[in-house]
Amino acid sequence: MAEENALKPFYSVLVLAFVCSALVAGAAVGLRPLQDANRGLDRKKNILYAAGLFTEGKTIEQMFSPIETKIVELATGKFVPEETIRPESYKQLKAALSDDSGRKLSEEEDIARLRRLEKYSLVYLVKEGDQTKQIILPVRGKGLWSTMYAYVALDGDLTTIRGVSFYEHGETPGLGGEVENRRWQAGWQGKKVYDNSGKMELKFVKGKAATVEPAMSHQIDGLSGATLTTKGVNSLMEFWFGDHGFKPFFAQLKKESTHG
Amino acid sequence: MAETNRELISRSIFQRNPIALLVLGICSALATTGQMTTAFVMSICVTLVVAFSSMTISIVRFQIPNSVRIGLQIMVIATLVIIVDQILKAFFFGLSKQLSIYVGLIITNCIVMGRAEGFAMSNPPIASFFDGIGNGLGYGFILMSVAFVRELFGSGSLFGYEILQLTTNGGWYLRNGLLVLPASAFFLIALLIWLLRTIDPNQQEKD
Repeated sequence: MAEENALKPFYSVLVLAFVCSALVAGAAVGLRPLQDANRGLDRKKNILYAAGLFTEGKTIEQMFSPIETKIVELATGKFVPEETIRPESYKQLKAALSDDSGRKLSEEEDIARLRRLEKYSLVYLVKEGDQTKQIILPVRGKGLWSTMYAYVALDGDLTTIRGVSFYEHGETPGLGGEVENRRWQAGWQGKKVYDNSGKMELKFVKGKAATVEPAMSHQIDGLSGATLTTKGVNSLMEFWFGDHGFKPFFAQLKKESTHG
Repeated sequence: MAETNRELISRSIFQRNPIALLVLGICSALATTGQMTTAFVMSICVTLVVAFSSMTISIVRFQIPNSVRIGLQIMVIATLVIIVDQILKAFFFGLSKQLSIYVGLIITNCIVMGRAEGFAMSNPPIASFFDGIGNGLGYGFILMSVAFVRELFGSGSLFGYEILQLTTNGGWYLRNGLLVLPASAFFLIALLIWLLRTIDPNQQEKD
């Protein structure tokens, strides 16, 4: 053991702190490109899952090729031309934080407890010829502990859910964490977000969802043992499919398809 | 100490297992043993961290002032854990998503600290390195045994491959819900400790 000297503890701590921080910083900076690439791939994989286009044996880039990435202005529902904002480099969550590209949500608007909302959102379109077959939308909202992030794939009719994929959350594993359970997510398929009058009707119910129409097409099983997470999922759907979310975008799409 | 490197490794697996004899590192053993895969990755991460932190601390042991040694040990351990976490995120993204917070919590794993303080501070680097490997493997041995039982009877699979078809998937096996929950690892670890101490009575505590 080293001789005790009044100053020695200080500089040995300093030297070690310096070496350690250099190592940590080196690892973080050096590996960031790889990590970002992984995160990007993971997002794409989840978009593919939501759209039901994921198949084993193909690379993600290959499967992703029929998907078109666009940017939509949430308030008006209009597409933003690529020259204004490039979809590949648009950071949606970051955009929400600045006052230029985002805004604070008032308390009654903020049902999904996001605090801030961006002005522009990414959307992913699966097209076949001129027809839009599927639209995949990024959604998020607060569950019990954490913000949950998901992609929801809608059919070309703009109300039937084709699939969903939660890709990031910090809910209790085994209870709220079951949002990432693919079997539960499969229960979303074919459900209708809006009723015939265009009202948001989707509900997450305790126990088993109804098996008779008309309730059947709007009800999804809640997660057992995770009331608050389920509530969070419910309000995030309500928010993103409401007036501050993608509803203006759907209205715009419908207008375009009847005129064009 | 006159032990060879091989003895340093093997004694930590059975005679002086960090979980079974020293009862260290229980918290992460509860959390990561729900599946074989996570238990396996966790074992590898802990083994690497214990081995390299013990070695590093042993190399600089004459430079470490007694009054701040714990702080310095933690610093070395934390650095290694962050590097492991970063590497996992860069090369094994799927796994790092599953392990998420547990890798960060290796810092608080008592085994790492225990070996640094109990062995590396008073032994040469090479021996400390092998002692670290041994303890990591001992930890991994218990983790894998517990995870084997928990995954097989709790989820009907091993390493994610279905062995017993669950009733929820249309099979015959009604899963044991208790084993899915972390607390079940308490019972399993206790049974393992009992087993090890019955085989080797030297491990029994004297009154």
